[in-house]
Amino acid sequence: MGLGGWIEVGRMDELGRLDSPVHRVHAQAKTVTTGLFVVAVMSFARDEVSALTPFFLYPLALMALGKIPPGYLVRKVLMAAPFAIAVGMFNPVFDRQPAFAIGALTVSGGWLSFASILLRFALTVSAAMVLVACTGMHRLCAGLERMGLPRILTVQLLFLYRYVFVVGAEGSRMVRSVELRASLTRALRFRVYGSLVGNLLLRSMARADRIYRAMLARGFDGEIRVLRPARFRLSDLAFVCGWAAFFAAARFWNLAGLLGSLLTKGVS
Amino acid sequence: MHMADALISPAVGGALWAVTGGVSAYCARKLKSSLRGDLVPMMGVLGAFVFTAQMINFSIPGTGSSGHLGGGLMLTVLLGPHAAFLVLASVLAVQAFFFADGGLLSLGCNIINLGFFPAFVAYPLCYRWVARDAHDGARLWGASVLAALVGLQLGAFSVVLETRASGVSGLPFNTFLLLMQPIHLAIGVVEGLATAAVVSFVGRARPESLGSARGGSDVPVSLRAVLTGVLLVTCVLGGVFSWFASTRPDGLEWAIAHVSGREKVAGAASGLHEGLAAVQGKTAVLPDYGFKEVAAGGQSEGAARASGADAAETWPAVKAGTTVAGLAGGAITLVLTCLLGVLVKACQRAG
Repeated sequence: MGLGGWIEVGRMDELGRLDSPVHRVHAQAKTVTTGLFVVAVMSFARDEVSALTPFFLYPLALMALGKIPPGYLVRKVLMAAPFAIAVGMFNPVFDRQPAFAIGALTVSGGWLSFASILLRFALTVSAAMVLVACTGMHRLCAGLERMGLPRILTVQLLFLYRYVFVVGAEGSRMVRSVELRASLTRALRFRVYGSLVGNLLLRSMARADRIYRAMLARGFDGEIRVLRPARFRLSDLAFVCGWAAFFAAARFWNLAGLLGSLLTKGVS
Repeated sequence: MHMADALISPAVGGALWAVTGGVSAYCARKLKSSLRGDLVPMMGVLGAFVFTAQMINFSIPGTGSSGHLGGGLMLTVLLGPHAAFLVLASVLAVQAFFFADGGLLSLGCNIINLGFFPAFVAYPLCYRWVARDAHDGARLWGASVLAALVGLQLGAFSVVLETRASGVSGLPFNTFLLLMQPIHLAIGVVEGLATAAVVSFVGRARPESLGSARGGSDVPVSLRAVLTGVLLVTCVLGGVFSWFASTRPDGLEWAIAHVSGREKVAGAASGLHEGLAAVQGKTAVLPDYGFKEVAAGGQSEGAARASGADAAETWPAVKAGTTVAGLAGGAITLVLTCLLGVLVKACQRAG
């Protein structure tokens, strides 16, 4: 996550401000549905692979209807993949029990659970990102606050979100100025790091002070007020119930297996 | 070190989410009563600062790799434990949602692993104890490295425990432990040094700002909290870590084995030695840190061990007897130490 990381946050922010049928669904409904999705996916057995594939319908449908560019999300999932691979790749090493055979090739349980880990990772990560990209930070935080998140934590998330661009740009400028003056090819030296980050900290604290004075000047009295989000409608309830029904069906019956056996029965 | 959803079962993830929720609610309540208006923007901006600082790397001389600030200890030094926990939770949430750095289900775990231990364990028990109010100098650097080490070791250990409890990854417990703990030893040193570098810079440039953000929201280091912490650590060490005690001979046994061909020298068969050995055999409730086993032929436990049974022991030796021995030993030591302390105090008062 290089120093341009905070720019990514801005890109997601832009996507969150688009308008589409998915964007108009209430943030609480989407959060609850995503929560159910994650629980359903993670509750499968270790080596379940085929039954996971129908779950891709949820993020893909939201992406298509929400006008999220698919390449963008796929790239982010791939960028985050190395950790899942690093953790999962021990499974084929430690679990060599053969699970089934395709022709002359026997597949061990370890490879199955590795594939399962990768699928689960892709599913949960894309669901989380689609949630943010289709909702936007403000509506999401407002929805979370309605669901019981402590107000100070909601406010903290919104402030962090608001100032990560400002402080990030400041940090980028500072690092670039050091690079220009020192022809750096690698990371900073430790002594320089201490004073650079220390300076960034001092500037951040001074900025916080200015922000507080600006809030006081605009009438801040210690009480944080959050804008009320849109009301929960029947269509939002239908959204949650419909997807929950699909998750339940896909969890308890192996839909991919059913489809496969239907097709092979039709062929033979 | 962010855990991915791939490692966690819903049960473990849900349980850790509940813990995170509880701690967050506690911190929110604590801050509400003492909330200074200027803490709100300060928390937000410092969150953005930690986010940015995590992206700035410095090169570690001699290794060719680079490190960066994690931020947990730094935030606690600046804001106090309650606010720092909430700020860290927000940073981790943004990382999970925007960068897929850690999953949704494991966000609760990540917040506890990376936020709870530095803020509520490492800072009050290690950092404050060593650094007091130091703004610079060896005290600050030592405190920072020590606190970062402790915080990260605890965090890494809970990652291993959570993975084990979930049963999703095929990685065996010992292998994972031996992988995680040493790596995080190095990461802890780096974190401690980076934190100390920044804090000492601010301490030299504007010392008044170090204390101002924290204000009155510090956790007073109460004796009860310290005792509880020590008791918990003792239970874990005695009950669980004792399984990992080496089964190999210790230094003395190894030397004797090299000299005489056996690990233990057979005692003299008569007189004082025999009498005392008999007393020890009767009083030892948990011989050799395990339950008493009735060996064939009525031999004593010690003789059976000397005949080389040790070589066949597995490691870690997960036995109930060892756990009981560890806990009982710890408890007895604690009681005896307290009695000794009371005795000393009584003598001081009398004399």
